[in-house]
Formats: sequence, structure tokens, C-alpha cells
Amino acid sequence: MSAFPVEQVADLSTAADAAHAVSPWVALAYLAAGVLFILALRGLSSPASSRAGNRYGMAGMLIAVVTTLVTHEIASLPEIVAAIALGGGVGWIIARRIAMTAMPQLVAAFHSLVGLAAVLVAVAAFLNPSAFGILGMDGNILAVSRIEMALGAAIGAITFSGSVIAFAKLNGNMSGSPILLPGRHVINLGTLVGILGATAAFAMAANAGPGEGWLFWALLAAAFAIGFLLIIPIGGADMPVVVSMLNSYSGWAAAAMGFTLHNTAMIITGALVGSSGAILSYIMCRAMNRSFLSVIAGGFGADAAIAGEAREQRPYKSGSAADAAFMLEQAEKVIVIPGYGMAVAQAQHALREMTDLLEEKGVEVKFAIHPVAGRMPGHMNVLLAEAQVPYDKVFELEDINSEFAQADVAFIIGANDVVNPAAKTDKTSPIYGMPVFDVDKAKQVFFIKRSMGGVGYAGVDNDVFYMDQTMMLLADAKKMVEDIVKAFD
Amino acid sequence: MDFISILSIFVLACFVGYYVVWSVTPALHTPLMAVTNAISSVIVVGALIASAAAGSPSAKWLGLVAVALASVNIFGGFAVTARMLAMYKKKDKPAPATEKQA
Repeated sequence: MSAFPVEQVADLSTAADAAHAVSPWVALAYLAAGVLFILALRGLSSPASSRAGNRYGMAGMLIAVVTTLVTHEIASLPEIVAAIALGGGVGWIIARRIAMTAMPQLVAAFHSLVGLAAVLVAVAAFLNPSAFGILGMDGNILAVSRIEMALGAAIGAITFSGSVIAFAKLNGNMSGSPILLPGRHVINLGTLVGILGATAAFAMAANAGPGEGWLFWALLAAAFAIGFLLIIPIGGADMPVVVSMLNSYSGWAAAAMGFTLHNTAMIITGALVGSSGAILSYIMCRAMNRSFLSVIAGGFGADAAIAGEAREQRPYKSGSAADAAFMLEQAEKVIVIPGYGMAVAQAQHALREMTDLLEEKGVEVKFAIHPVAGRMPGHMNVLLAEAQVPYDKVFELEDINSEFAQADVAFIIGANDVVNPAAKTDKTSPIYGMPVFDVDKAKQVFFIKRSMGGVGYAGVDNDVFYMDQTMMLLADAKKMVEDIVKAFD
Repeated sequence: MDFISILSIFVLACFVGYYVVWSVTPALHTPLMAVTNAISSVIVVGALIASAAAGSPSAKWLGLVAVALASVNIFGGFAVTARMLAMYKKKDKPAPATEKQA
């Protein structure tokens, strides 16, 4: 800290500390930005406080950018303003136009940009270390900075290439099914060890002046490759975990660069984002009863098609929209379980209309959301909010699961695996142990499904189809719900 | 700042992050990802330093590209978060669509 005279700071990084010897006001400004970022996340503890939280985040970013600009000699202000205007304009337009159903791929795309920006900053620091105050007296980049830079660049590169693949899978540019290379675990582990080894060798290299040393470039290339290799074997159903994990990586990349720059705002933010992504990954894995390692190892859902074909035909009951409308009107309590199929069919607005009409008739309607419904954490909540479903009618799995015994109707629309009782009973099932909704306890189950052919992502048959109280409503979800609305008198 | 002070800030911030994120309601997990995305673009600080410094033209241009990329994220991330958060409402008004149907 510059509160101490520079000569008192008698450690190896004296030169760096001289360069980092900024005014305490600057350090305080970055600290304030970091605290505002903490408040931005804190605001999300409830929808009521969340909007203020978002404004804290914007204020924090403004403080960080302005502080940086006013405390550095700027040799190229017009170019910087142009870059901000260009990027900002593009980002703003995308944010205005993007459909809420496309939010997972948007977030993946944004992660890739953070990753790439981190790589570029690390490369710039490598080429021009004196600008970052990390050039030692001996003309070499400081060893500790070399480690931080290499880690920042590597994590950024993994975030970038991994997010590009996640984006392509979520956006449908690439098949969601896993791509399994032979010996991929060996290749991946070998590459990871190689990156760490190159980082260590780079830190210990005798000649490490600005831009010197092929090790940095080699580890960067290896990191791009492993981001790609890590994500291609992971199937579409596991994308929520992947997106959360990449969210976490983008944070660690920012933190690593924060270490290089000795910048409090970047370190605090990196730690926040890193923990956030890690916790979301954990929540998603727990909701699927899978270990993080088994998700990352990939391959889940690869044999889905085979399992689907091997099923025997069993009798089931199907009904019409009019049947469903009649029974819904007679019900006292209806619990709606939406899944990603609802979003694909764009049925959320029709669904909200249907539930509004039911409430007018005195029926109690609640929505039940599984943590892994949709393609990213909380995705289904956003889609329902967009359709103007009040958030106080939307419940999480553990809060509502005990209520199915009192429900007259469980209305399943576009969900499948999250209501499959095999998760509770069948030890051989790929989804065994996953917490699921107890729809079998409801008096009546309506299951909207396009046809009897397809099965969920896990590729397992669902006993709910064949229960006595189940009525299959086989149609496009949006059309079926609209027909039910029409059938209400 | 010496390495240990920075490390202390980092470790404590990880703990703050841990407790703050667990307190986020699951209904807002998508906005959480969008806003963490936006704030992780604080990497723009490094990009600005790189693009502002004289000395290495290649570092300057890399910095400028990084500034543009991070700006996409900053503006896009906060704007899309604001857009999502504006949709979360309690039931306080009768839904407009019901009247014409009933």
C-alpha cells in the first residue's frame, strides 16, 4: 500500500510495488467497486431488492472504469472511447432483442467474451509488462506475476473455447449428443498436466523479458484445446452444469488477472463470480444426484436412443383438451410442472392464460419448478416471469413436494425426467437418486407430451405415463393448452 | 500491496461470495448468472491499462479489442439482467388477458 514509504516495503517485488504505489484514494475506489459488486449479488436474495442490486453493480463498474481512466496516462483516448462505444452498443442491442428462451446460449456467449478478454489482457501484459508494473529490475517479468499471468491466460482460454462449444450445443449449431473421443480422459489429464508444467517452467525460466519465451504461447494453445476437449463429450442435458462451471471459470480468470494487476475490484469480483458459478454447479449436480466429476467426464445420454427403442408397448390412457378442461374446472388445487418442452413449444403465455382462468373459477394454482428444469439454473422461473406469472405462485421442489397429496391435478407440461418415479425406485435407472416430484400422489395427472415416442433426456421410460390416474394429452404443448382454454365455458 | 495482502483479500472474498450466493433465491439464478457475467467484465480494468499504455503497439491493440469485448459484456450483461428483473412481479393487479376471455 502506498500508505507506507516505498523503501519500507523490502521484499522481492520492490519494483512492482513502486509501480503499484497508487494513491490510497485509488485503492479505496477499487475497494468501493468491489463492495458494490457484493451488494449487487446480495440484492438477488429477493426479487424486490434485486433491481436496486443491479444498479449497485452498474455503479461499481462505472467507478472501476473511471478510476482506471483517470489514474493512468492515456495515450489513446479516442480509440478507447470508440472500443467502449462499439462493444457497448453491440451488447446493449443484443440484450434488448434476445428472446428469454435463448438466455442459456446468450450467457454462454457472454462467458466466452470474458474468457477471450482475459486472454488478451494476459497476452498484453506479457508483451508490455512495464505498463502493468510487473517488470522486474533485471528486465524479466516478475516470477510470481508470470504464474498469475499464465494461470489467467489459461483459465481465460479454457473459458473461451469451452463456452464456444457450450454456445454451439445450446444454440443448436452443434448436436447436443456427447462426442466421445477414444482415450479422452488420458488426453485431457495429459493436457492439464502439460499446462501446469508449462506454467511452472515459464515461472522459472531464466529469460522472461517482455514477450520472451515460447512456453507462454504453448500453454495458451494447450488451454484453448482443453476447453474444447472438456466440453464436447458433455451431453445437452448436462449443459446447466457446464454453463455454471464456465461462469465460475470466467470469475477465476478475472481473479488471476486481478492478482497480476494488484487490483482489489478484480480480485473481489473474481472471487464472487468464481464462488457463484461453483455453487450453481453444485446445486445442479445435487438436483440430478450426479457427482461433478461424472458430469465433467461426460458421455451421459449417449445411449439414450438405444434405450428408447428397446421399450415395450404398455397401455395408457389418453384424453382430449375438453376432458382436461372439464376436470381442471372441477379441481380445487392444481400444481403445474413446467419443463423445457414448454419453452420449446412457447406455451408459457397460453399456460398463464389457462391458470388465470382457473383462478377466476376459484381453483388454487401453483407452479412447481425443478432445479434442473430448463437449460440453465433458474431458466424456467424467468420464462414464467416473462409470461407474467407472479413469482409468489412459483415454488421450488422441496417447498412444494409435500403438497401433491392434497392436489387434485398435477399438470405436467414439457417435463419428463423430473417426475419419473424410477428415480426413487429403480436402482438401475440412470436417474436413480435424483429428487423428483411426487406426482403419483396427486389424484389426477395430466401429462402433455408431443407423442408417446420420445422419452426424456435420460432416455428412460416413465411409469407416470401408465398410472391409473394419468391422462396423456398428446399434442403440441401450446396447441393443447390453447384448446383447453377454449374448452372452458 | 504484497502478495499476502492480495491473497487475504481473495480468500476472504471467496467466503463472502459463498455466503452471499447461497442467500440468492433459486428463482433468480438466471439473473445471477447474467449479473456475475457483467461484473466479471471488470477485467476491462486490465484491458484499459493495456490499451492506454504507450510502448507496445501490439499490446495496445490487444487491449483495445479486450475493451470492446468486455464492453459487450458490461452493457449487455447489466441490460439483460435489468430486463429480466423487471419481469418478476407479485400478484398485485388482475392480469389483463383474463377480462376479454371471461
